Amino acid sequence: MGTKVFDRIKARLPAGDGEACVSHGVLVANLAPGAVETAARSLKTEFGFDVFLDVTAVDWLGQEPRFEVVWHFYSTAHKVRVRLKARVAESNPAVASLTPLYGSAAFMERECHDMYGIVFEGNADLRPILLYEGFVGHPLRKDYPKDREQPLVPYRDWVAAERGGS
Amino acid sequence: MGTRTIPIHQAGSSGKSAAFEYLSTRKDELVGWARKFSLFPYPFVTACCAMEFMAVSSSPYDTDRFGAALPRFSPRQSDLLMVVGTVTHKQAPILLKVYEQMCEPKWVMAFGVCATSGGFYQNYAALPGIDKVIPVDIYIPGCPPRPEMVIDGIMQLQDKIARAEHLIVNKEF
Repeated sequence: MGTKVFDRIKARLPAGDGEACVSHGVLVANLAPGAVETAARSLKTEFGFDVFLDVTAVDWLGQEPRFEVVWHFYSTAHKVRVRLKARVAESNPAVASLTPLYGSAAFMERECHDMYGIVFEGNADLRPILLYEGFVGHPLRKDYPKDREQPLVPYRDWVAAERGGS
Repeated sequence: MGTRTIPIHQAGSSGKSAAFEYLSTRKDELVGWARKFSLFPYPFVTACCAMEFMAVSSSPYDTDRFGAALPRFSPRQSDLLMVVGTVTHKQAPILLKVYEQMCEPKWVMAFGVCATSGGFYQNYAALPGIDKVIPVDIYIPGCPPRPEMVIDGIMQLQDKIARAEHLIVNKEF
């Protein structure tokens, strides 16, 4: 049943970077960043993908374009998942927000913005959600130092004395 | 057959009593003895160590035996801050505020490796040990610590309290 839906979706998706394929039972499609919003709209309205599962990103440090934004959708009617992927460059890591289609995307886009610095154009509220105001940088980027600390409460005196002395 | 009665002495009637009426001791020992058996913990519980905290504070292990069980969910009524679990940088201001709201005398227990040193977390989010922001009296390692270790920690803290100097009058007084 899933494969029939997948064939219809594949025929409907715009030609992106390579053809869509089925991986571990999930339809995976690489798209241009500009094509994601249209593809998501047709998934929702034509194929009954009513659940927005997640949006996240992958940092391919050293490659160009550097970031890969990944969306997952689920259809409660067909019981299948679809994954959309789009590559964006570090200089302009922007994709369209899916909040007009899925209200639940708002918080997940905020988290993705926190962790990777992806800008979701159209999401009106990209304040930090898991991080705090004043946090500099995006911690899940591969070039964020793993031992960098940005404490909100100043450390007690002994910490600086010990670190300075060692 | 006569009825046996136990004679009852009216207090002060004979001028002599079996119980002692006077006691001489050191002030610090007396106050320390009282304080070590009346620890009211405030559980600052943030992570999975909470399960172990529940285990150690409920009947099988029963920290109530040490006078250290009844959790007070107001920092103003408690004198032992038990930090149970990972504290993140985002939570550190809350922890500091709770600590500052506690009245003297107060003690802090770091429960588990995360509260002690950050444990296996070394990243952007986790505070590497609560002693970076507040003073800690007793550290309990373990991920999570066994109830026996927690009980041992409480007993060591009680020893520490018993040995400490207890100022009844404030330094600024």
